[in-house]
Amino acid sequence: MVPGDRIVEGNFRPLFNVIRAGNSIVATRIGIAEAGREGVKVIPLSGIYIPRVNDIVIGKILDHSSLSWGVDINSCFSAHLPAQDVFGRDFSPARDDMGRELAIGDLITARIIAFDRTRDPMITIQDKDLGKIPRGEFIKISATRVPRLIGKRGSMIQTIEYATHTRVLIGQNGIIVVTGRDLEGIKLAVRAIRMVEEEAHTANLTQRVKTLLGVSDASPSDNTHGTQPQNEAVGEELNEVEKGEKI
Amino acid sequence: MTQTRSLIDENGKRTDGRTKDQLRDVKITAGVIKNADGSAFIEFGMNKIVVAVYGPREVHPKHMALADRCVLRCRYHMSPFSTDTRKNPAPSRREVEISKVMREALEPTLMLEDYPRAAIDVYVEVLQADGGSRCAGITAASVALADAGINMRDLVSACAAGKVDDRIVLDINDTEDKEGDADMPVAYMPHLEQVTLLQLDGILNEDQFNQCLDEAVNGCKMVYEFQRKALMQKYFGNETELKEEQ
Repeated sequence: MVPGDRIVEGNFRPLFNVIRAGNSIVATRIGIAEAGREGVKVIPLSGIYIPRVNDIVIGKILDHSSLSWGVDINSCFSAHLPAQDVFGRDFSPARDDMGRELAIGDLITARIIAFDRTRDPMITIQDKDLGKIPRGEFIKISATRVPRLIGKRGSMIQTIEYATHTRVLIGQNGIIVVTGRDLEGIKLAVRAIRMVEEEAHTANLTQRVKTLLGVSDASPSDNTHGTQPQNEAVGEELNEVEKGEKI
Repeated sequence: MTQTRSLIDENGKRTDGRTKDQLRDVKITAGVIKNADGSAFIEFGMNKIVVAVYGPREVHPKHMALADRCVLRCRYHMSPFSTDTRKNPAPSRREVEISKVMREALEPTLMLEDYPRAAIDVYVEVLQADGGSRCAGITAASVALADAGINMRDLVSACAAGKVDDRIVLDINDTEDKEGDADMPVAYMPHLEQVTLLQLDGILNEDQFNQCLDEAVNGCKMVYEFQRKALMQKYFGNETELKEEQ
């Protein structure tokens, strides 16, 4: 579908990336149309990340005022992380040093708690599995490729993690952090992620990724997402990171 | 607008060998600039134009931001080497005007209210000019905007028609633009059947005007097929399906 294409005629409910024009549902983005019982939507193949409440994102601290941090979440809106979220209700700008908790350039995993058209998104790092990311290889991909990178029930990302002995932390905003002890493994994981990004809309991608990673068809399929990689050294150090990975 | 020679021969062929309702060769490629969010390259006859779209992104300076919708900024620019004699790279009066009309031609199709407090920047760089560069620019900009994944009600296709030797012809080239009687660039949303730009340089009577407009709209519909093909080629290649999971 390209913008303006009529997807279906009749009394269907418009969901995402579609509008109603007369009796038709029309696409507003380039993508794959899906018409189901719940309505009609277009899964976009390009575009920036638009925040939605409860999305888990990876952000970079840009700066801070006396009351909040500004966080780049790879969108046209920069997010706010209130200082009270980190220091608690008794936060005092005079007493507490915000720069010591989160410095400019730090990466965090956060959840969007509020966003609407009238103000910039507000995020929190206080839930389970959220917080500062201590280390890892930083990659940015298009947010529209994230579902493809995760795959059906996490199949694609499991394949990559299993084959490269790495942990891949994915934010719904298209920011990814890859961690692992083995530099070659990280490099291979990054190559695989780039391949998924570039060829996301093509058929038989899973097979090609497996070929790149040098894994046979059967090996990773039964491996659940929570299973530790074979390289035990990765385990402990990454515990903090891997908590937040099932995004 | 003074006619100095015959622009249509006895066989009805124009200076470049086309018939009166024939477009020049059109070729559009989407996604040519990696650093941009969306881009397109168009060859429309001898015109060669590259368009890059950035955004939606934060507005700088911030006071330009609108609380309820996105700001669309267009820059039409002709490279110094795009014409026979060197063109001064500073923005001319004509370029400022074309930037404005391009913005107004693209705005109706964009769902700017989806991106409040943000900005979309459209850069149109003419590498080689051959008459009708504003239409080619709008056409390519529309493809680049779709490539950037910005919500749009429809694509915008643009094509000019005009009067040459007292005959209405489609898609006038540089010679016909300079030596012909009238030039009418039109931008059109093919699905919504709405005109977003209509300019006229020259004099037409009412019949000629209607005929010229119909001709231009037909041209836009032809151009739309090239736009659609370019986008489909980039995103779906030859196999237009996504078999695997999302």
